[in-house]
Amino acid sequence: MGEEKEPKTWELRLYVAGKTQKSVDALNNLKKYCEEHLQGQYRIEVIDLLVNPQLAEGDQILAIPTLVRKFPEPIRKIIGDLSNEEKVLVGLNIRPA
Amino acid sequence: MSKESKKVLANHVLLPKTPTGITGLDQITGGGIPKGRPTLICGDAGCGKTLISLEFIVRGAMEFNEPGVFMAFEEKAEELEMNVASLGFDLKKLQDEKKIRLDHVHIERSEIEETGEYDLDGLFIRLGYAIDSIGAKRVVLDTIENLFSGLANQTILRAELRRLFHWLKEKGVTAIITGERGDGKLTRQGLEEYVSDCVILLDHRIINQISTRRLRVVKYRGSIHGTNEYPFLIDQEGISVLPVTSLFLDKEVSEKRIPSGITALDQMMGGKGFYRGSSVLVSGTAGTGKTSIAAYFASEACSRGERCLYFAFEESPRQIIRNMTSINLDLQPYVDKGLLEFHAARPTMYGLEMHLVNIYKSIKKFKPSVVILDPITNLVTVGSVSEVKGMLIRLIDFLQEEQITVMFTALTLNTAVTEQTDEGVSSLVDAWLLVRDIEYNGERNRGMYIMKSRGMKHSNQVREFVITDNGLDLVDVYLGPDGVLTGSAREAEILKEQTSKVIKTNAVSRKDREISRKRKVLEAKIASLQTEFESVEEELNKVYIEEQLKDEIMAKTLSEITNIRRSKAEEQETQIRKKK
Repeated sequence: MGEEKEPKTWELRLYVAGKTQKSVDALNNLKKYCEEHLQGQYRIEVIDLLVNPQLAEGDQILAIPTLVRKFPEPIRKIIGDLSNEEKVLVGLNIRPA
Repeated sequence: MSKESKKVLANHVLLPKTPTGITGLDQITGGGIPKGRPTLICGDAGCGKTLISLEFIVRGAMEFNEPGVFMAFEEKAEELEMNVASLGFDLKKLQDEKKIRLDHVHIERSEIEETGEYDLDGLFIRLGYAIDSIGAKRVVLDTIENLFSGLANQTILRAELRRLFHWLKEKGVTAIITGERGDGKLTRQGLEEYVSDCVILLDHRIINQISTRRLRVVKYRGSIHGTNEYPFLIDQEGISVLPVTSLFLDKEVSEKRIPSGITALDQMMGGKGFYRGSSVLVSGTAGTGKTSIAAYFASEACSRGERCLYFAFEESPRQIIRNMTSINLDLQPYVDKGLLEFHAARPTMYGLEMHLVNIYKSIKKFKPSVVILDPITNLVTVGSVSEVKGMLIRLIDFLQEEQITVMFTALTLNTAVTEQTDEGVSSLVDAWLLVRDIEYNGERNRGMYIMKSRGMKHSNQVREFVITDNGLDLVDVYLGPDGVLTGSAREAEILKEQTSKVIKTNAVSRKDREISRKRKVLEAKIASLQTEFESVEEELNKVYIEEQLKDEIMAKTLSEITNIRRSKAEEQETQIRKKK
């Protein structure tokens, strides 16, 4: 429903700090959900704060891993390893709550 | 202050401290908060947590060359900048100079969805980056408890906070963490469990419609600290904490004496007056001339070229100057020369603490050698007696440290209580002058005596204190058979005494004359007796001389006769020999 209204690609940004288990899990989970629900309509950018610590301030990052939906507006944040699919989809507003 | 902190540091070399630069706080903590460790500052909303921690950062950057990071969980950087601009802190400039860094951490529960495991590495990285980018030595987290409202998983949060404080210690930064006060606990989320080195509690109380902020060092591991509640103030120059009493009683004392301006009073104190840097209390009932004594003291100081600061709580400066001209004391020239400064304020204008800080600041600015508070009694209207006492103790402490002589005047309402209380400062002051009414013979006169004067010989006499057109003076009261006499009774007594003196001298001179007459008679008698004696003596002498003459003549004749006889005999002898 939601994805049909949005013609443009979703911009998703995942903040991690090194290759920790939680980060790897989050990225794998995210990719899986996107393939299922947003096929071809998404872009995932992974930012490693250990490499670019100055980027943490801009998106108000506290927790790791954090997924930020930059587009469509408004900005949404989901923290954690994204293991709960339902919560992620609601959080990203892919599926209405 | 610095002397004390040095001393404390010398005794506790084991625990290095970071000075906060906040007036008074370093004094209470004996040099500052523990270096390289987190300190918890907690208190209710609006009690100054943010400000005290921000001042710590700003002072560090400006005065101690220690850059600092301020991580705000509540206010935005721009808001903070605006809030402290009134205190003269230019955060923008300090940020541009890379001396401080403000980082606003925005947490909004509605924007964040939690799913699965996470940690707060993002915060760590962010903070670490901020610290490293300016080489920060100081860190403030204000108020980290906001994380609890933004994130749901308390277990993770608590574990992460523990890790954060540990990490801060490892980083070697001196940190302040602020927290909201909770019910029955120091902080709502029990942050005191994590930060255990130094805990400072702020409090904001309103008593009698006057609000007072207070600060207490609840805990300070490995260091001595003042345990009392210390009032503090936020004004245009930031935060000032006022230690209720200094931790030590080791002030410098002066041997020098300064005159009181009333010569007769100085004479009652060995002719030299008060000790410099001492505190003097003048108490008395209404209209006994306390302000006049104070004004004389002020004018005396100014005439020596010293500065005097006069805090008037009852009269306006002009009123005082006008009133004093009536007793031949012109204060206006000193005011014009800038030697005398008046500060007039109604006691009810603000709380005691604000008064005290105003006094502190004026003194620091004006640098007087004499301070007058006239009268301290009115301060009771804004605080209880014990609070006023506490305030005055602090004031006396401060003034003694600065070697400033202070004179308090106090109104006493009931003469019976007088000798006990006087705002309870009578035991604190070094000298206490009491002016009291003596009612006698249908008039009221003033009597003055020195209740105490530490460390000097002082008169035990009650003197009559007179205020004339020419100024103040002390005269000996008349101690007659009817008791102490003052005023016109004294004058009458003196007159009576003078009369009797004249009469007495008259009587004495009459007696003198009589004696001289008697002496003359005696002398005449002596002369006639002497003449008589001389004639008798002459008579006696005459017989005696005659006798002597007779004897002489007789002896002469006798020897002649003998000679004659002897020559005749010799002739006979020669004749006989010839015959033979």
